[in-house]
Amino acid sequence: MRFVPATVAHGQLGRAQPAGTARQPVRGRWLRLIPPLTLGLFLGPILAGLLGTILPAFGYLPALGGERLSLAPWRQLFAAPGLQAASQLSLMTGLLATAIALALTILAFAAGQGTRAFRRARRLMAPLLAVPHLATAIGLAFLLAPSGWLVRLITPWLTGWQTPPDMSLLQGPYGFGLTLGLVVKETPFLILMTFAGLGQVHADRHLRQARAFGYGRIQAWLKVVLPLVYPQIRLPIYAVLAYSLSVVDMAIVLGPTTPPTLAPLILRWFSDPDLTLRFQAAAGACLQMLLVLLAIAAWRLAELLIARLARPWLTSGGRGGSGRLGHWLAWLCLGVVTLLAIGGLFALAVWSVAGAWRFPAAWPAELTLATWARHLDLLARPIATTLLVGLAATLLALGLVLGCLEQEQVSRKPPGQGALLLLYLPLLVPQISFLFGLQVILVRLGLDGTWLGLIWAHLLFVLPYLFLTLAEPYRSLDRRYETSALALGKPHWQVWWRIRLALLLRPVLIAAAIGFAVSVGQFLPTQMVGGGRLVTLTTEALALANGADRRLVGMVALSLAVLPLVAFAVALALPAWRFRHRRGMASGG
Amino acid sequence: MRRCLLALTMLLLAAQPSRAEDWQATVAAARGQDVYFNAWGGDEHVNDYIAWVGQAVQDRFGIKLTHVKLGDTAEAVGRVVAEKTAGRLEGGSVDLIWINGENFAAMKEQGLLHGPFVQDLPNFQLVDTVGKPTTLVDFAVPTDGYEAPWGMAHFVFLYDSAKVPTPPRSIAELLAWAEAHPGRLTYPAPPDFIGSTFLKHLMIATIADPAILQRPVAEADFAKVTAPLWAALEQVRPALWRQGASFPASGPALHQLLDDGEVDFSMAFNPAEASSAIAAGRLPDSVRTFVPTTGSIGNTHFVAIPFNAAHQAAAKVVADFLMSPEAQLKKQDPAGWGDSTVLALDRLPAEQRAQFEALPRGVATLAPDQLKPVLPEPHPSWMTEIEAEWLRRFSS
Repeated sequence: MRFVPATVAHGQLGRAQPAGTARQPVRGRWLRLIPPLTLGLFLGPILAGLLGTILPAFGYLPALGGERLSLAPWRQLFAAPGLQAASQLSLMTGLLATAIALALTILAFAAGQGTRAFRRARRLMAPLLAVPHLATAIGLAFLLAPSGWLVRLITPWLTGWQTPPDMSLLQGPYGFGLTLGLVVKETPFLILMTFAGLGQVHADRHLRQARAFGYGRIQAWLKVVLPLVYPQIRLPIYAVLAYSLSVVDMAIVLGPTTPPTLAPLILRWFSDPDLTLRFQAAAGACLQMLLVLLAIAAWRLAELLIARLARPWLTSGGRGGSGRLGHWLAWLCLGVVTLLAIGGLFALAVWSVAGAWRFPAAWPAELTLATWARHLDLLARPIATTLLVGLAATLLALGLVLGCLEQEQVSRKPPGQGALLLLYLPLLVPQISFLFGLQVILVRLGLDGTWLGLIWAHLLFVLPYLFLTLAEPYRSLDRRYETSALALGKPHWQVWWRIRLALLLRPVLIAAAIGFAVSVGQFLPTQMVGGGRLVTLTTEALALANGADRRLVGMVALSLAVLPLVAFAVALALPAWRFRHRRGMASGG
Repeated sequence: MRRCLLALTMLLLAAQPSRAEDWQATVAAARGQDVYFNAWGGDEHVNDYIAWVGQAVQDRFGIKLTHVKLGDTAEAVGRVVAEKTAGRLEGGSVDLIWINGENFAAMKEQGLLHGPFVQDLPNFQLVDTVGKPTTLVDFAVPTDGYEAPWGMAHFVFLYDSAKVPTPPRSIAELLAWAEAHPGRLTYPAPPDFIGSTFLKHLMIATIADPAILQRPVAEADFAKVTAPLWAALEQVRPALWRQGASFPASGPALHQLLDDGEVDFSMAFNPAEASSAIAAGRLPDSVRTFVPTTGSIGNTHFVAIPFNAAHQAAAKVVADFLMSPEAQLKKQDPAGWGDSTVLALDRLPAEQRAQFEALPRGVATLAPDQLKPVLPEPHPSWMTEIEAEWLRRFSS
């Protein structure tokens, strides 16, 4: 213990010392292994999976008789019925959804930043984000179907309809339903990412200055803050774009059916008993990745173009008006998005306790717990698997992320832009483009359908989100707390555990809740790696979504939505309870 | 071929004693094993029934049955393929598959099935292979002991009698009705099996000589033979639900549309499905069923064991239990699944036969003689071609 002050002098207080001469050599060496281990754990499967997809796309898959490289799979792919329409649909829905979500985000901040109502709205975004995509999609379907709740509410007194109208946003040929679903889910994500980005660029100060120069609220934000904050949210936007272009579960529920968007079409080929379609599917998975790259490149080009075209406007000195119209428009759009998301969840809940509820009744003839009573045992296994995999993947990811961040503190080397890009890799590469290859590898290793394989697959997606959420609070914690503790003679691990982690309890738990929510929502990794043996609420809900009794679907989808919300509630309540006697900790670190 | 198989079955039946011992050994080996039963999971009655089977085999044989719910049977076929691809020749993840038709044909042809094993199952003796020849010939492909019969399916149309007082008597009348009432008819998008079967009926109705459908498609002039089918489909398309621009995903999804009043017809491969859906409040009371006067397709659905199944003994015991009079009786109960038995009732003890005969018939279920004549399934190669052509025409 006596050595401790010396270590402190060496590691903590010795700011002038060259970086890298870490505190305790043993601890440093051990910690130093974590970042490469983390990268290996999550880049390895992605790269191997990509290779395992690219080779069959060029005809190489010896087990199926593909011994030499050829372009036949691509010829087969381009001759496949519906390919062109499916690709166009994917591009259109993906680009449109991202553009609308971004426009809503910008509008919301331009009109609302700094107002109290907006700060309150921020708190609503996290739970909206936590609800898995699939649950939101099923809720929207219950609301928006021609015989859905919204039509029932105005029928027949307003519409005069005796039967549901023969038209629909959902599953229609233009993918409007899918676009809407994506907007509802991705807008909260972008809003939260923008909040995080604003902290980095001292937006409030700039905004005040611009306002002082007489710029209107909206113009000030667009002209001063947006150019600063956009680079901060560029990667999240690309992630949204990649996700929207290649989503499977939402597309199956809300998207067009004949043909579907590209990713579900590829999935159909992958699971076709005609084995020659595997090569075509692998080529399709490569095409999916090319589409994403193409879309990102096009987006980047548009960014440059808009930046160039907007220059005269930026410097024209126009102050703009009060922005009242923009204000109302922002609240209207955000209100609709939020109401749709929450209304969908409400529809799930009502259907799960509905007795007979036939069109055009606006409310069930009776409410009953019969569905829950009858099918509760059906939920037990999926809930157990969801919880176990989610908790395990989250804990693992949390350990790795904390290790990486601490190593960063020790070595004083914040990771560069390259590392950030690597972190985003699982969010930018379409899942379907590497999961097939990964599946083949896992089967070979005997890891398919095992807990280990599934937890690992979830880790790929949990880890980036956890890192992105936790990095900022971790890095910005004032080091002097620890320094004082070390000076008081406590060993490193105790200081880390009792000071740093305690101070960061709230952000750590919130990051963990987000990681858990990400795991709960994973469909394709669970489907392909779980091999049907390990079923989660998400795979169960999707299996039921197209056709099973709405009461049952409502019950499963509601459970799916509630699980991450509970995690969030715990993440908020635990620090409050833990620090109930310490007023200084009440608002959290 | 059929007679040949029968003779084979008889021969095997003659060698009873040693096989009984073998079976005892199988049952003993099965105790404590898991069975991952990969079965389509889109219908809660079926799921409930499989859960009941799981409990029963746990109590009786110490087997832990897990229902792996599939959206499409092809997923399980794909899984077995992926395992073969990766060189896993034993310890596979699929123990038992609910299967028939093109999936069976594909797996059998590629050597992905374990067997022949069916003649080893004691309860197979009770199966009515004579009166129900489809228990031995699956979509014109001989089963050769690679799949055990589980239930009899028979295609029926559902209609809402409150909106359609007199149902059409033929497929042609159904299409004519649709053209007179735009937006009130649709079918599940092939390759969903209900949608594909609807196309088969249309094909049988528009073809000059249905006998050619029993031979592989390669032997016929596909384009010429199916031209009337596509002409009829294209003609009715604008009058379909959503102008034929989208189609429901499955049979149950179509039932939901009927229940919501979006369409007036649905289709099912189980004559009792309408009755049980009415009983469960999932379809209006006014729903009834019909078959065209020219008949409708009947077939058998089976269970099969993949070549690399990890728990083959337990899978066999489950397959045998599924054919037992007790399990078959429970399955045919219209309060649950209502799926028809594969057994020959005259081979059952009088008491069990009486129980079968005492099963009520649901309000919307046709009597067995109203379901005739039974049309045979075309050779599976036809369906592969037709599904591909449908996708080309209707999906781009």
